Amino acid sequence: MNHYSGLKNVLIAFFLLLSALYALPNIFGSDLAVQVSSAGDKKVTASDLTKITSILKSKGVNYKSAAISNRRILVRFTDNASQLSAKDYLKTALGRHFVVALNLAPSVPLWLADLGGKAMSLGLDLRGGVHFLLEVDMHSVLAMSIDRYYNELRALLRTERLYKSIKKEGDSIAIRLKMLDSKAKVLKIINSELSDLVVLETQNKDPLVIQVGISDNAQKQAKNNALKQNITTLRNRVNELGVAEPIIQQQGLERIVVQLPGVQDTARAKEILGAVATLEFRLVDEKNDPQTAIQSGRIPIGSKLYYFKDGRPLLLKTRVITTGENITGAASGIDQENSAPMVNITLDNIGGRAMLDTTKKYFRHRMAVVFIENKVESIIKNGKVTKKRTTTKDIINAATIQGTFSTRFQITGIDSAREARNLALLLRAGSLSAPIEIIEERTIGPSLGADNIEKGILSVVIGFVLVLLFMAMRYRVFGMVANVALTLNLVMIVAVLSLLQATLTLPGIAGIVLTVGMAVDANVLIFERIKEELSTDNNIQKAISSGYDKAVLTIADANITTLIAALVLFSFGTGPIKGFAITLSIGIVTSMFTAIIVSRAIVNKIYGSKKIQELSI
Amino acid sequence: MKVLNIPKIDFVGKRTYAIFASVILIVASLFSLSTNGLKFGIDFTGGTLLEIGYSQEVDLAVVRATLSKANFKSANVQYFGSTKEILIRLEPQAISSAKLSSKIIRLLGDSVDIRRVEFVGPKVGEELTNDGGLAMLYALIGILIYVAFRFEYRFALGSISALIHDVIITLGIFSILQVEFDLTVLAAILAVIGYSLNDTIVVFDRIRENFLSTRHTDAAKIINGALNQTLSRTIMTSVTTLLVLLALFFLGGEIIHSFALALLIGVVVGTYSSIYVASSMILALGISKEDLLPSEKEEQAVDNRP
Repeated sequence: MNHYSGLKNVLIAFFLLLSALYALPNIFGSDLAVQVSSAGDKKVTASDLTKITSILKSKGVNYKSAAISNRRILVRFTDNASQLSAKDYLKTALGRHFVVALNLAPSVPLWLADLGGKAMSLGLDLRGGVHFLLEVDMHSVLAMSIDRYYNELRALLRTERLYKSIKKEGDSIAIRLKMLDSKAKVLKIINSELSDLVVLETQNKDPLVIQVGISDNAQKQAKNNALKQNITTLRNRVNELGVAEPIIQQQGLERIVVQLPGVQDTARAKEILGAVATLEFRLVDEKNDPQTAIQSGRIPIGSKLYYFKDGRPLLLKTRVITTGENITGAASGIDQENSAPMVNITLDNIGGRAMLDTTKKYFRHRMAVVFIENKVESIIKNGKVTKKRTTTKDIINAATIQGTFSTRFQITGIDSAREARNLALLLRAGSLSAPIEIIEERTIGPSLGADNIEKGILSVVIGFVLVLLFMAMRYRVFGMVANVALTLNLVMIVAVLSLLQATLTLPGIAGIVLTVGMAVDANVLIFERIKEELSTDNNIQKAISSGYDKAVLTIADANITTLIAALVLFSFGTGPIKGFAITLSIGIVTSMFTAIIVSRAIVNKIYGSKKIQELSI
Repeated sequence: MKVLNIPKIDFVGKRTYAIFASVILIVASLFSLSTNGLKFGIDFTGGTLLEIGYSQEVDLAVVRATLSKANFKSANVQYFGSTKEILIRLEPQAISSAKLSSKIIRLLGDSVDIRRVEFVGPKVGEELTNDGGLAMLYALIGILIYVAFRFEYRFALGSISALIHDVIITLGIFSILQVEFDLTVLAAILAVIGYSLNDTIVVFDRIRENFLSTRHTDAAKIINGALNQTLSRTIMTSVTTLLVLLALFFLGGEIIHSFALALLIGVVVGTYSSIYVASSMILALGISKEDLLPSEKEEQAVDNRP
């Protein structure tokens, strides 16, 4: 007789029910929502929630529900129009301490959510969005470090007049001594004061020259700091853009992955993320004429030549009054007098003091705002990839100082309202510590995402139905058992994907489709084996049990090898391939459970305890 | 007792024809791969790709003219799926940057639907190519070790030669048809490796079982018997897999098209190779019953102890 113990049956039923429960959240669909979260690390509170609901009520926007979940407030809507208007109202009313973003919120019932039920998380290719891979220009990071060490070293050695000359040579510093006697002293200073520097072995045999570079450790540290700081800045910028559920992650030693689900204006996202921009405030050199300086080729000492965006030249003083680093706040707006776009700037105390001193002293003189942008681009030259670094410095405005001011003032002379918005955003979010370059972009528009879901689901369903029909025709009752197992397998895959919150991508769906085709293999193996056993032995019960037993080892061997291929895919693959590998691996494991254990339990129930003459196989 | 009709096809006897066919296919594949090469997608070559949707039919000549006027002369424009959708491809430019796509979008105007933008920098493309090759290699090595450990080295060599056979022919067909080879196709090829292996292992398992359960020593006969016994399963599984792949191929959308194609080719070739290539290989390597009885030596070692 073939039967499983009561406990085994209960366990199987328990697993299947559990799977059904955790697959359940996926059938509820999702609501249009606006998500409000704190821009910093603060949590949103109940009072924020009341504030939001009262704003919406006062503006007459209808919403379905509003609640705090997962450190954020989700306000759900029934239609697109109220969602969009609510976002705009909330954004203006709440200010910059909150991130207001559009989102799709799965409408999982509360009891299910309390049990940890979550819907599968959809990849960018299914919901639309942007994926960027950014590379931090580590060359610039090291160049900046060398600059800093050079200044420190020079200051240290100058007090005792220990060098004849000191200069930067690529990524090292060369110190030429006056006499050999001071060498020990210089080395001692470097060792004790600047332990990040190491003395390099050089080809230069001149005993008077000491060549120092940055130690490997310090280089690593500098790179790591630059990466971390850039991640922080990017996070600030993404918050400013207002994106629900962004992902900003380090990848490797010099790269950052940014994923922005649902972002539609990708051009803006690109401008904002990649920009390494800052401002400098300088006085205008009013004594000298820029045209004569250009013609004679002689720039007056203490001045430097700059250009407006339209190409007009202007001489500015080399001394910088203050820079973007001292800016604590920036908001775009429209100038009341001439309705030109402008940016309202707020400086910190240091910047404010410098600005106050300057505006007092140089009242009625002209001051210029310089916009500085660093760019890195990859260039292919003779088949080799190199980086091209460019810095542009444009004067965006030069105006006469009309009164004294310190921490608060406006900048005008900006081309468009869009540029004013971008500039304000960049100044608020802080500048990147090193230039970054977008080295990979994958954007999926919302319409393609929706198409992909539709086509993916359709192909799963059609493929699934075809397999069901085929199995039922070929193996009759046993075929139906396999079909039940296959259906349960699909439920289990969805449950595991939901529980792990693994990202479902289009190739992931393909993986599910493939699993459906391959999962029946285990049952086919078993059924063919049972048929064979039946042809050599009359005992039906024995045929069933030895059919299962003999097939199991084969199934395990065959599936483990496929699993090896899937795991290799997982460890080497990026985004889409990973998604495929995940569903394939999960499918292989769950299919072994359903095709072997679950189908056996069903077969046992049907045939196990009866005396039967024939199997419907 | 129900009589089961186990077919008695002489697979092993026909193996010379099969080897001949395989050699021709492989030579043709290698020839095409070395002359035509693969049509690599931007995942591997780097470059920019845009999929644009229009609300009505669009004239490719107009789009091409707009682009070439703005100095995008190397742009390749074609329909994608329907005449309302186009695919624009840019080779890696002298200056390669994600901004190129924004420029093109601005050129095409506001009314278009930006369905997909992909930009792969030259360095990334190079890395993906290397990683892809490595992934293939590691998968093969991992499988080789597992099969050698579970069966015997001849089986490992047999299954690996079947896999290499499958991969070369699938790649060869991609090269002959000049279908685009991108990351998803690479994933499909690795899945083909998994599938073909699955098939081979089932046959091998049966060969081992039969070797151990009979007194016959004629390896060719035993292998042929195992192939016939598993034939029904081999066909069933291939058919179900092909059914879902056809669903994917016809309904899954353009993006998944070449992925499904690679799997379709791979499943057909993989099924054939597990019948003909893998078993011919172990036969050629001279498998015998003794090779599959590792425990005997151990027993002897125990017996020989004083």
